[in-house]
Order: sequence, then C-alpha cells, then structure tokens
Amino acid sequence: MSGARLDRMIWLALPAVAYLAVVYALPLLWLLGRSVTGPDGFTIAQFTAFFADPFSWRVMGNTLRIAFWVTLLSLVIGYPVAIAMARARGLMQVMLLVAMILPLSIGVVVKAFAWQIVLRRDGVISQGLVASGIWAEPQRLLFTEAGLIVGATNVFLPFMILPIYSVVKLIDPRLTEAGATLGASPFYRFRKILLPLTLPGIVSGSAFVFSMAVSMFVIPSLLIGDRFQTLATLTGRSYLLMRNEALGSTTAVILLVIAVSIVVLSTWLSKRVGRSL
Amino acid sequence: MTGIERMTSALVWAMAVIAIIFLLTPLVVTVAVSFGSSAVFTLPPPGWSLRWYERVWTTRGLWASLLTSVQIAGLATAISLVLGTLCAIALVRGRFAGRDAIATFLVSPLMVPGLVVGIAMLQGFKLVGLREAWPSLLVAHVVITMPYVVRTVLASLSLFDFTLIDAARTLGCSYGQALRKVMAPALAPAFLTSGMFAFLASMDNYPVSIFFTDAWTKTLPLQMLQLVEERPDPTIAAISTGLIVLAIVVLIIGDRLVGLRRLADF
Repeated sequence: MSGARLDRMIWLALPAVAYLAVVYALPLLWLLGRSVTGPDGFTIAQFTAFFADPFSWRVMGNTLRIAFWVTLLSLVIGYPVAIAMARARGLMQVMLLVAMILPLSIGVVVKAFAWQIVLRRDGVISQGLVASGIWAEPQRLLFTEAGLIVGATNVFLPFMILPIYSVVKLIDPRLTEAGATLGASPFYRFRKILLPLTLPGIVSGSAFVFSMAVSMFVIPSLLIGDRFQTLATLTGRSYLLMRNEALGSTTAVILLVIAVSIVVLSTWLSKRVGRSL
Repeated sequence: MTGIERMTSALVWAMAVIAIIFLLTPLVVTVAVSFGSSAVFTLPPPGWSLRWYERVWTTRGLWASLLTSVQIAGLATAISLVLGTLCAIALVRGRFAGRDAIATFLVSPLMVPGLVVGIAMLQGFKLVGLREAWPSLLVAHVVITMPYVVRTVLASLSLFDFTLIDAARTLGCSYGQALRKVMAPALAPAFLTSGMFAFLASMDNYPVSIFFTDAWTKTLPLQMLQLVEERPDPTIAAISTGLIVLAIVVLIIGDRLVGLRRLADF
C-alpha cells in the first residue's frame, strides 16, 4: 500500500477521537478551569479554603486509609490466587474463572446489598465467628470500617487477580525448576524469579484497585453510611443533596488529581521494574 | 519437593478455595435470600417461598428501568463498537504521529473516577442545553463503553496479519469480501468479549448515570438503589437472582463461542 493511503487512515480515527474530545475531554478541562477561576480570574482560593478545614483532612484520611487497606488485602489474597489460577487445570480452573467473571456481571448495587446482609449482627460472618469461639457474642460489622473494607475488597479483588494472572501465565515454569536444580532455596527463587517477573502485574493490579477504591461511591454509602465521608461520597453529596457546586468541584478535582497521579506513578513504576530486569 | 514447597503449594490452593468462596458469597447470599419466606433476610431462611418473585412483576418502575438500561447499554455498545473499531484499524494500520497518545486518550475514561466524569459531563451538557435524560444517558454511556472496545479490538488487531487480506484478494475476493470473510472472523472474539464487557459496564454504571436520571427515566442500578434505600425486602434479591441467571447464560454462551480463558484475558 502507498504512503498516501496509509496517512488517510487518520480519518478513520477521527470520529472516535472527536467524540471523546467534545463529550469527555472538554467538560473535564472546563471543570478543571472553573475550579481555579474566581470573579477576579485565576485563584486557588477554593482549595486553600478546603484544606484549611480540619474536616477535609479527615475526609482525605478516610479515603486514602480505606483505599490502602482494600488494596493491601486484595494483594494478599489475590497474589496466591493468581498463581493458583495460572497452574490450575480442569474443574479448579473453571471454578476460579467463574468466581472471577460471574461477580463482575451482577452489579455493584447488588453486591453491596448482599454484603449488608452478610455483615449484620445476625449475619453469616458474625454467626461463624461466634460459633468458632473467636467472638464471645454476635457483633455488627455493617457500618464499620472493617465491614466497608471487606465488602470493597470483595468487589475489587478480580481487578487485582486478573492483571497478576495475565503475567503469571506467561512465565516459563522451567525457570523456577532451573533455579531449583541450581540449588536456589524456595524463598530465594520467589524473591529472584517469581516476584520480579510478576511485579508489573502487581503494580497495575494495585493501581486499578487503589484508584477504584478511592473513587467508590455506592459501596460506602450502603456499607458504612453518611456519617463516614470520603472524597467521592462528599463529591456526590455536594452535587446531589447539598447543591454546593463549589465544594463538589473542588473535591472532584482532588479526586481527578489522585487518579491521574496513580496512573503516572504506576506507569513510571512499571517502566522502572521493566528496566531493572 | 521440600517441606516448604509443599507448604506454599498447599497455601496457594487453600487461598484459591477461600477466594472462590469469598467471591461467590454475595451471589449465594442473594439467591438464598430470594427464595426465603422471611422478609428480614435471616440466613438460612426459616422456610422457602416464591413470593418475592411474584412481587418482582408488580414492582413499579422496575421493568421500565430495565428497558432503559438495556436500550442505553445496547446502543452505546453498538456505537462504541463501530467508532472504536474504525479507530483501532487506523491506529494499527496508520503511520501518523501520536497514535500511542490517541490510544491512551480513548482508554483513559477507565482511569478517571466515574463521578468526576459524570460531574464534568453534567456541567458540559447544561452549557449546550442538553437536558433530556435519555439522550444525555446515551451520549454519556458511549464514553463509558468506548475504552473496553478500543482496548480489546486494538490488542486483537495488532496480532492480525493484514497480508491475509491481500492474499484473499489475490485469490479472487473483492475488498469487501476479504474484510468479511477473513478479517471479521479473526476479530469476532474481540468484538464479542469487548462488547460483553462494554454492555455490562454500561448496565452496571452508577456514578455517571446518577447525574442524568430524572423521575421518569431511571437506569436499573439507580432504580435498585432506590429500592434498597426505601423498601429493603427480598424483592431486590429476586431481581438480582434473575440477573445472576442471565449472567450465567451469557457466560455459557461466551464460553461456547470464545472460551472462558479468553474472557479472563485482561
């Protein structure tokens, strides 16, 4: 094919790019621009006002703390599961794939609703812990931070497992065997072979889960309630209930900045990881 | 195998079993509650009944919201498939600058919090005077579904050998026939997987839709959230069980057509 013909290819890309530019990029830029303009032009007054309020810091703390625990818990559960998924055959493999994909298809409202039932004082977890003697009496996990972390981890876990699984399944199993033949201890083999090779998956899985946990909105409102505010619930409330667009656009921009930082940081990390191999 | 290896191996499998149970917990709970006779979600239920399923038929607004969601998700996915595939072809075959940047841009709505996208669009649509719920939802949902299509079709196209089209033409196919008989079958799994995930993402979307619904036009997640907040009874569980059954059917079809393993290719 000739060069001129290939260059005309750009017209095929145009509809999608133009659509997203008009419907998505322009409004985002407008939102950003408005958050730093006052009656007299450029100002960061909205942000200084926001950060001067101790309540805002509590909200930021809540958001980042919950996202951190959800990411850590997902990684601790998800890493071995991703390895199991790459090694599993037959029924186990099908079960793992179904457990991964089926929950993605039922919707977050339904899942949060189900966790409301599980986390109640008379729910399955409470009953189980009392029966096993760990708890002396039934306790309510619903409307606690622990309950929120468990529920959110449940919803986001597949997004940790799938990226790690996608790198684990590419690893040649003979690598660890070779390490073993050459006398490397299991821990040494994990640290020097498996861990470095799976780091890109860990980085992208953690970035996914962390950014989703930072911006989750319906899960906190159903599992912990309005007394506990995160950046996302505060943003939603200020638009939908309080009609306080100034506050809402400020927190929305902070959310956006956090999300973009996660993307930039994780891209930088996976490049570094790639180079150190 | 040494002792430590056997232990780690056992740990990995134990973790896998725990994860399966953990991931399926909300589904099992939902199904169990939906068939229970009690209105207060006791588990295990004191008796079994189908009365919540009868309620589903008479719950006001539910079927309308399901219809809205299916229409929006179907149309948005179709538009994204067309625009996204055209763009993916251009990105793979074109030789113009900035192709990586375009790909990143089209996938970026996945990484921006839905709530932020929703607020930005709400203000943007207001500026141009778009106020009706239904068209706003459709316009917004194309942005939600586009990344899934671009990501998967792009990955699949970059593996496609375009000389096959020339080969088909040498063998006597017209250009259109070559596209239809050679390229379309090679891309079919990508269309199916990305279409499925795009459709589900749209059906399940909450943080963007919430800004564009009104009293008459609601999507299913918003209608269900309203039910959970206003009248929490097992009717919601019955609806959800219906959705789970639907998802299982889709999964079986997906498995038959492209294989479960491919669906997990992230």
